Formats: sequence, structure tokens, C-alpha cells
Amino acid sequence: MTEVLRAENVTRSLEGEVPVTLVRDVNLTVEAGEFVCIMGPSGSGKSSLLYLLGLLDVPTQGRIFVAGEDASTFDDDRMTDVRLARLGYVFQFHFLLAEFTTLENVLLPMRKLGKLDEDAARARAAQLLDRLGVADQANKRPSQLSGGQRQRVAIARALANDPLVILADEPTGNLDSASSTNVRDLLHDLTHELGKAVVAVTHDSNFASVADRRIGIVDGRIDADWDARKSATSEA
Amino acid sequence: MPIAFTIALAHLTNRKRQTLVSLGGVVLGVAFFLAVSSLMRGSEKDFLKRLVDNSPHITVYDEYRHPGVQPALLRWPQAAIDVHNVKPQRETRGIRGWPQRMAFIEAQPGLRAAPVLADSAVIDFAGRQQGVQLSGVVPDKMKGVTTLEEKMVVGSLDALAANPNGIIVGQGLIDKFSLHPGSVVSVVAGDGEARPLRIVGVFRTGNSSYDEGQAFVVLKRAQSLFGRENRINRVVIQLDDPYAAQDVAQTIEAGIGYKSVSWIEATEDILSLLVVRNIVMYSVVSAILVVASFGIYNTISTIVLEKTRDIAILKSMGFHARDVRRIFLVQGVIVGAIGSTLGVLLGVALMKLLEQVEIKPPGVVEIVHLPLWWGPEQYAMAAAFAMLSCIAASSLPARRAGRVHPVDILRGAT
Repeated sequence: MTEVLRAENVTRSLEGEVPVTLVRDVNLTVEAGEFVCIMGPSGSGKSSLLYLLGLLDVPTQGRIFVAGEDASTFDDDRMTDVRLARLGYVFQFHFLLAEFTTLENVLLPMRKLGKLDEDAARARAAQLLDRLGVADQANKRPSQLSGGQRQRVAIARALANDPLVILADEPTGNLDSASSTNVRDLLHDLTHELGKAVVAVTHDSNFASVADRRIGIVDGRIDADWDARKSATSEA
Repeated sequence: MPIAFTIALAHLTNRKRQTLVSLGGVVLGVAFFLAVSSLMRGSEKDFLKRLVDNSPHITVYDEYRHPGVQPALLRWPQAAIDVHNVKPQRETRGIRGWPQRMAFIEAQPGLRAAPVLADSAVIDFAGRQQGVQLSGVVPDKMKGVTTLEEKMVVGSLDALAANPNGIIVGQGLIDKFSLHPGSVVSVVAGDGEARPLRIVGVFRTGNSSYDEGQAFVVLKRAQSLFGRENRINRVVIQLDDPYAAQDVAQTIEAGIGYKSVSWIEATEDILSLLVVRNIVMYSVVSAILVVASFGIYNTISTIVLEKTRDIAILKSMGFHARDVRRIFLVQGVIVGAIGSTLGVLLGVALMKLLEQVEIKPPGVVEIVHLPLWWGPEQYAMAAAFAMLSCIAASSLPARRAGRVHPVDILRGAT
């Protein structure tokens, strides 16, 4: 398997009158095609770890590697470029731009990257929306979509630039159970059909039930790293 | 279409009311800037035109800028004895050897000159007197240096040339004394010498004091009346390029010795007043645009506040801080560009309206229109100032947007 993300002795502290350590000495490797769920109680540092893995935040100590490249050597510009080309994000709130249609929202990252011309980008956006089952919503504004549909569009947007990894922060936290299951299955399919790695932070055990790995975090430390594939093998 | 422009346009079109208010501020600012600027610059240009057209570009006087040195001092500069209280020899006032000096002046390129002998006189008619400035002129030369010929309502300068006992007076004097062309008036010089002269021409400038207080005769007649034969006391000069007057005046003064005053020197205080007036005017009209820019600042600041999550998601998606800044700067540019364009159109409409206004200033006989200046640089200046104000107003919120740290926003949102 190909390593796509690696955290090496990563610690993230916040300075202040009372210093706080969000993530402590985390070592983690994510490979292509893996569906990894990070679980833990509120305030345990799940989202902070996700932001560090997604190059939205910088570790106080340790290093993050994206596709083998040491992100500690990146300047701001390079970090932003890597986020654009190699990482995709899905958040609890869809964060679609209200002024644009569904299709235009999916087009945004492609237009920014500029690898595809407008026609090719539109074709890809339409294809992604079709794959995620919201092709018929392409010309609607986000406000005209249901929560589940918005989250699917957000996933389509995250996939727009064909990233190595999808980082999802509570992607079903705001959805009803039917929509949650749907989004979960979509993300799961991405790993198996497209070979994308998915790293998702969740409280939702139903969501985590399909994960290849479940990583437990307590007080910023990795408390458990359970690999469903190995368990399945050993059970077999 | 660049992505920053697309997003900026979407932000503005989704806040129609706020955008229209901001846009309205810029449009009105630019329009008033243009209307006031064209009025002020128009009145300035009109004033200068009148100044330049109605008065000589250069006047050579029968006096010296610096007092002459006594011949004895020139002969013995290191003399041991200093003689005090030496009085210059009394002489008839006026420019001596004026034909030679005129020849020097007329040899200069790009000018026309006319000799004049002007002094005070009294016009007496039917027991009524009016003090006037009586100018002795050479009619042919006078045509080239003044607008007098254009202001003639009866007769002409040629009529004066044809009649050595003729006089040209203003319409004001005609009305005051109930005179008619052909009437004979008595002209009395300062020393009591009187001469009956026939009115051969009437001029009207619109300036009542000028129309009552000026009169023209031929030079020879004035010289004889004032007892100053072969003398003139000024040379009036018109230039092809009025703005070269200062340099030409210096050349003439250096050549003939007599004091030569350009219109620029004569009106130095007025010209500096005009500069101050322009500074005040542009400060005031620019203030309108500065106030308008607060509207833009307010609109874009509100958008930045409302769109903090969008900014965070754009940055997490791979937009650089400079891309985000550009989105909000472009909003300022869009408002500035549309505001300037519409403002210029409204400004031109206002100027057209102002052009129709007719006024009759006190002391002036004729109805005049507001003087407007249609110079292209004021449009560029108004548009450039509007653009600068809009960019400045959007730059602060844009910088704030660029500094948004996605993690701070995303952490707060989840």
C-alpha cells in the first residue's frame, strides 16, 4: 500500500496564561484506499489532529508527511498549493458558497487549480455530482438542497481536484440517520472504488462501523488503533 | 473570468441594497466632483481669458523698475567726494525715442505692439462733466492688440483714423449724456487745454465703469492735447502665446530699459489666489468621495464579517491569503469602476444642466451663462480619485479577510 499521510511524533500546544496541549506525540500513517475514523470524547483533540494532518495547522513538534513530502519544509504558499491539489475537506457544516449553484461550488477548486479548461472542469463537476447522486441539483443553490444533498455536494467539491486524501470532520454530525448512512457509504465507496484515503473524525459509531481503522484519541494521545481488516483476517 | 472576480461579483450582487447604496455614494461623489470642478475651473479659465483678452499681455510703462544711476557716479565710481541732494533733470514724462523702441519690440517674434499715450481728461457736454481716461492710439496698430474693434457697436477704429478730430466713447457715456454718434463733445486735458471732438465710434464691453470711463483719440491728437509731443507713455503688446508673456517682458525690458509688466506679473496675487481656490475646491469635492468610500468600507467589511466561514473554507480548499484579499479588493474595484462610469455620465448631465443656467451678475449688462470647463483631465481625475477611494476603502477589510485563520473559524463552527 502507498503511504499518503504520516504524522511523526506530532504535538500541538497552544501558548497562553494556561498552556494547552491539543495533540500529544501522535504517530500515525494513512495509506491510499484506507478509511480511517478518528474517535474520541469531545475536546480529546480529534479535530486538532485532523487539521494538522490536513495542513490547516502546524505542529509545535514533530512532522507531517504528505505523499512522502515533509510538510515542515513547506512555506505558506506551498502548504496552500498542497491543500488545493492533494487534500479534500468535508466539514460538519457543508460550507458551500451560498452565492453559487451546486455545480459552481464543485467547479471552484478546479478553477483555482487551473489544470482543466472550463469545459473539461464542467464535465468533471457534472460527473462527480452524478456519481454522488445529485446531478439533478446541479443548477440549484445550496439553500434549495436538503442537508444530505448539501453534504454530498461538499464531498463532490472535496473530490474535484482528485485528491489523495479526503479529510472529514464530523461529516454526518448534522444529518439525520438515513442521510448519515448514505454519506458514510459514499465515503466508504470512495476508498474502495477510487483508491482515495478517507480520514474522518466522528462520534457516530454507525459511521465508524464501516471504517478500515478506528483510532481512539484521549487527551490528545492515540489511545487505540483498531484495524478492522486484521481483525477480520484473524477472525477468519 | 478570473475566479476572484466571479466571487467578488457574486458577493456584491447578493447584497443588492448595500451595493446600490455604496454605488450611489460613488456615483454622486464623482458627479458632484465633476460639476463643481467644471464650474470652478470654467470660471477660472473664463476669468483668465477675460484677463488675457481684455488687457494687454505686456504693458511697457514710461518708468524704470530700478532708479537710474547719476551720471557723475558712473563717471567716477570711486570718487572721494559724495554729492548729496542731486535732483534729476526735469523732463517731459513719457517713453523717449519711442519709434526706435517700438521697432525693437516689434522685432521680437510672435507679438503685436501698439503705442499709447494715456492720461486723465474730462469730457464736457451740455454743462455735464465726466472724468475719463483718454488714450491716444494708432488705430491700425490698436486693432492688433485689443478687442476694442470687436466691441464697437457704432463706427470703427478706421473711422477714428480717418478723422483726427474724432473720439470713440463707451455706450455708458452715450447713455449718461444722451449723446449720439456725430455729437461734438469738449475734451479738457489736465492743464486746461480743451478741444471739441466729434464722436465717430461707440463701444460696449458690458463693464459699465469701463464703458463710462474710457475714451480713445488718435495718438497725435492726444499728444497735442496733453502737450507731450513725440511722447507715448506706454506700449501695449499682445502675444500669440499669452503664457510666454513673462519671458518676453523680461527680454523687452532688458532691450529698452523701460519697465515691462506681463499680465502674469500684474495679476500674480490673483493667480496665486486661484491656485489656493483650486486646492480648497478639490479638497471639498474630494471629501464627498472620501465620505462615499466609507459606504464601501462598510459594505465590504460587512461582507467580510458575514463571509468569515466562506473565507475559511476557501483557504482550507487551497486559496492563498492573497487570493482572498484580491476577492475583496476586486469588490472595491468593481464598485469604483461602475461608480466612476455612472458618475461621469451623471456629471456630464449635471454639467449640461448647469450650462443652461442664465445669470445676470450685478454691474454687468449682458446675460451670461455659467462658465463650464469640459477638459478631459477632470474626468480622469474624478474617476481616478473614486477608484483610489474605493480601493483604499476595500483594502482594510481585504487585509482582514486575508488574515483569517481557517482553523480558528472551523473550530468555532463545529
